[in-house]
Amino acid sequence: MSEGPAGVQETVLEVSGLCTELGPQDKPVRAVDGVDLHLHRGETFVLVGESGCGKSMIALSLMRLLPSTGRVVQGEVRLQGRSLLDLPEVEMRRERGGGIGMIFQEPMTSLNPVMSVGKQVAEAVELHDPAHAASPRARVLELFRQVGIPDPERRIDEYPHQLSGGMKQRVMIAMALAGRPGVLIADEPTTALDVTIQAQVLQLLRDLQAETGMGILLITHDLGVVAEMADRVGVMYAGQLVETAAVGSFFKQPRHPYSRKLFRSLPDAGKRELGLDIIKGMVPPLNQAFDLCRFRDRCEAAQAVCGERLPPWQGDPQDGYRCHLAVDRIELQASESARHAPAAADAGQPLMAASDLRVHFPIRKGVLRRTVGFVKAVDGLDLALYPGRTLALVGESGCGKTTVGKALLQLLRASGGRVDYDGANLTQLRGESLRRLRREFQIIFQDPASSMNPRMLVGDIVAEGLRAQGIAGDRRAEQARVLQLLDQVGLPASSVGRYPHEFSGGQRQRIAIARALAVKPRLVVCDEPTSALDVSVQAQVLNLLKTLQAELDLSYLFITHNISVVAYLADEVAVMYLGRIVERGPVERVLNAPAHPYTQALLASVPVPDPDDRREVLRLEGDMPSPANPPTGCHFHERCPRAEARCRREYPARFELEPQHEVSCWLYAQRD
Amino acid sequence: MMPFQPVMLATDALIFLLLGLSGGFAWYARRHAHLRAPWRRVARSRTAMGALVVIALYVTIGLLDTLHFRAASGTDEQGNTRYAGEILSVLDLIATPLREQSEKTYSAPFATHLYARETIELPQGGQVRDFPRLQWGGAHLADPLADRAGDILLRTLLGIGIGLFAWLLLLALLLRRSAQGWRQWWSDEESGPQRSAAWVGLLMLILVGLSLTLAGAYHVLGTDKVGEDVYYQSLKSIRTGLVIGTLTTLVMLPAAILLGIMAGYFRGWVDDLIQYLYTTLSSVPGVLLIAAAVLMMQIYMSNNQESFNSLTERADMRLLFLCLILGVTSWTSLCRLLRGETLKLRQLEYVQAAQAFGVGHFTTLMRHILPNVMHIVLIVVVLDFSGLVLAEAVLSYINIGVDPNTNSWGNMINSARLELARDPLVWWSLLAAFLFMFVLVLAANLFADVVRDAFDPRLRERS
Repeated sequence: MSEGPAGVQETVLEVSGLCTELGPQDKPVRAVDGVDLHLHRGETFVLVGESGCGKSMIALSLMRLLPSTGRVVQGEVRLQGRSLLDLPEVEMRRERGGGIGMIFQEPMTSLNPVMSVGKQVAEAVELHDPAHAASPRARVLELFRQVGIPDPERRIDEYPHQLSGGMKQRVMIAMALAGRPGVLIADEPTTALDVTIQAQVLQLLRDLQAETGMGILLITHDLGVVAEMADRVGVMYAGQLVETAAVGSFFKQPRHPYSRKLFRSLPDAGKRELGLDIIKGMVPPLNQAFDLCRFRDRCEAAQAVCGERLPPWQGDPQDGYRCHLAVDRIELQASESARHAPAAADAGQPLMAASDLRVHFPIRKGVLRRTVGFVKAVDGLDLALYPGRTLALVGESGCGKTTVGKALLQLLRASGGRVDYDGANLTQLRGESLRRLRREFQIIFQDPASSMNPRMLVGDIVAEGLRAQGIAGDRRAEQARVLQLLDQVGLPASSVGRYPHEFSGGQRQRIAIARALAVKPRLVVCDEPTSALDVSVQAQVLNLLKTLQAELDLSYLFITHNISVVAYLADEVAVMYLGRIVERGPVERVLNAPAHPYTQALLASVPVPDPDDRREVLRLEGDMPSPANPPTGCHFHERCPRAEARCRREYPARFELEPQHEVSCWLYAQRD
Repeated sequence: MMPFQPVMLATDALIFLLLGLSGGFAWYARRHAHLRAPWRRVARSRTAMGALVVIALYVTIGLLDTLHFRAASGTDEQGNTRYAGEILSVLDLIATPLREQSEKTYSAPFATHLYARETIELPQGGQVRDFPRLQWGGAHLADPLADRAGDILLRTLLGIGIGLFAWLLLLALLLRRSAQGWRQWWSDEESGPQRSAAWVGLLMLILVGLSLTLAGAYHVLGTDKVGEDVYYQSLKSIRTGLVIGTLTTLVMLPAAILLGIMAGYFRGWVDDLIQYLYTTLSSVPGVLLIAAAVLMMQIYMSNNQESFNSLTERADMRLLFLCLILGVTSWTSLCRLLRGETLKLRQLEYVQAAQAFGVGHFTTLMRHILPNVMHIVLIVVVLDFSGLVLAEAVLSYINIGVDPNTNSWGNMINSARLELARDPLVWWSLLAAFLFMFVLVLAANLFADVVRDAFDPRLRERS
């Protein structure tokens, strides 16, 4: 996408030998260690890497916005020829927003909630755009139009809470553009957004770049986003760039062993019968001086020379990698095949079945707290879970998928409908009879940090279910069972006497899995268990879940928004939109031949880690409506490109396209 | 025959209970990393360690004043020991000279003569109106005008010497065990907070030394209207301040914790009920409620004189009652805080995971909620302490605080009200009460700030 004249590319940002340290002077953590990169006009350079590798620290060093304990100890940053690190703070303030704009990951906390968004953007205009400083309103409206905010005259006076996440990120982008910066730093700009909104924002960034010719330094952990946005890529590992390449060659042939492993740990449909590759071990702590390759301990291709000295940079600074070995000498082991029991064609009787399940939350208002309406989080949902199989429940945030999981397990009580399990209707059960049944179905949560009591030892956490259900028997039997469980999820026995915060995210998720398995459940609801984890750690957890399913004949309800995880793990998929299932079917049918326009749009929005596959299909406009006030007729008709008159009037009936593949959409009415 | 008979007043019992609880908590915290870590952070702060030494001196004096007894006063006909009616404390015993050497009326700090002219009968007959010599203060001086300055200087130097000597001795005892040795301790970055504590300790020991050498010979802070030593009154007031600051919290804690986490956890009608309760209570003006309760108590006590064995016991009951009533008016803010935190906690996934296991409500409250709100309780307790000490002073000042017979800073200030209107001005009572209270509250506040920073997870993440 570099629009500059061929051959002569204007370099707008040049970073050389950047070193950033954090923490005390005598025991520093070197978060960024000798990074060189440059950015041309109109070019997108993407920094990709797992959490804690120093990507964000580079951005903050460039902006000179490091936390108070951080400092740049070495290196040079040149923005259009000016050395940023030598500027006095007063002038640097002018460069921030003027020369370099920045947008952050979390649009919710980047805006001041008590100021109208127009005023906040106007502030940036007044500071960086002297021509419009006197009456910024016109310029703010222009910016709002530029970033595609519909109805800007009305939006300009609204407050952040009145805007959706995607709109807020657009406001942040408008603010960053106010000073017409030559460089835009975007630090995970879409991580907090849903895929359909992410697709909109990424498209917007591309359009703005084509319009203004700014260079974009994009920071992300998502290889899909890299493929979609990048001209050139830099892979970060432990504070260093380990590989830089043009996007095409990077995806065709990644060179550094770490880059290769990253690709091989990504789940997708093609790896269903295999286990995912994992990267053993952890990123080394950065509070040491390295005299060997930082990746050596985790590298399968490591050879004698790797244990002798620091790896050299091979190739051009802008197209090379940091490794001792030539590309063709890097040999990685083949993926182990995971024990995956292919789902039986005939699933038999469902283990748990929900019919017409409803969860409505009352909206109370006024002094007397009268109920004025309901948030229909789940509104008439049917689904069946079969033993030993995985049903993936897919949808954007706010569609009610987590509520479904909790309502099935009776952690939230349903407002209507029934949940049948083993001949009993769970929604009617109370007290002891429900308590006894609880051991049969368990849940694993998204955030391994908040799913464990920080004041309890791991041993007590895992044993909690055993004690509550009175399964374990005496103390010794309990201890033995806990050790066996920890072994099953691949944690050392010494974990028993430690606290959760001593473990990494992936290890904590293993503890959570061990805790759920302690009571020998038959059904486990996995509520986005890997979305807080890095790719390589996600691979470990997915492998573990798959192995456990084969061993213990577990049935999973896998709640996620990550389509590639669905493709890898699920047998069946159900797509939810605004409290209802709009499409359901076997995984290969739904993912390869989606029938519902929403499923089609959702799948099209997912960035694919393949730069040749930049599909331009069905970008969804707008946001999901509120479940408190769903549109009449089909809930999706307002955003649906194929909506007809009938869709506005009636909610569509369910049509069976193939055995097991059902869709709720009037488009398929004639087939009946 | 026992030379004394121990007496346990109601507040004494509660103080020992509090000590036991703190000791138990300390033992428990030592074995739990998540509790030990914040205290380690506290121990790494120079301010906190310095403040802690000051607080420790106050607490020591308060505890000495808590060990009550009746002295033996002879034997009756059957050979049984008879005990005096007056209840004394160990502190009284130590400060016997201060307690017993009372003058006729006001005298200024370090004075050798009374503050008011009196008609003195001259030995050779005739009368003079002059400032008479004090009975005790500076009585050992032959020529007070000439010798006083020298004597005070000498005693001051001696006091400093004693303090310094005690300090060195203590330091040597404490450092004897440490492996790194003296020199390293002195220059080491790690032991910085310990050095701060040592310096403050030196200051405190010098003050103790000065009290030893000076307080016996002079009234270092003067005497009050009835000639009682103001320094002694200030020392005795320490216990009152500490009792109010700590026992109030002790009596309010169970209610605040239980109701707070119940409201947040169960929500629904339980929450409504508890919320109404504390909103109503906190809407009643606190002073009004306290005044009403204390006046009722006063009337009850004067109608039931016979149920109290001694004046001390009666005053003690009133002190305890004041703690109770202060507790009733002050638990609401903690309760509200705990309710909010519990509302947040119960949404957390580990509480839901417990629910998914069918863990009972009570177990969930005790295992998952309570340990995770304890940091708030601790922060509030420490922050409230200084506020309560000040509240006692204010309440006693308007005569609805502790018994007029109880030594307290509030009572001292209350009596100083009249003295300030007097000519010439009597300023030392007020100054003494102010100084003692100021040092305690300042130390407590400094300590509380560090404790809050160490225990508040939000502040910790930011640093």
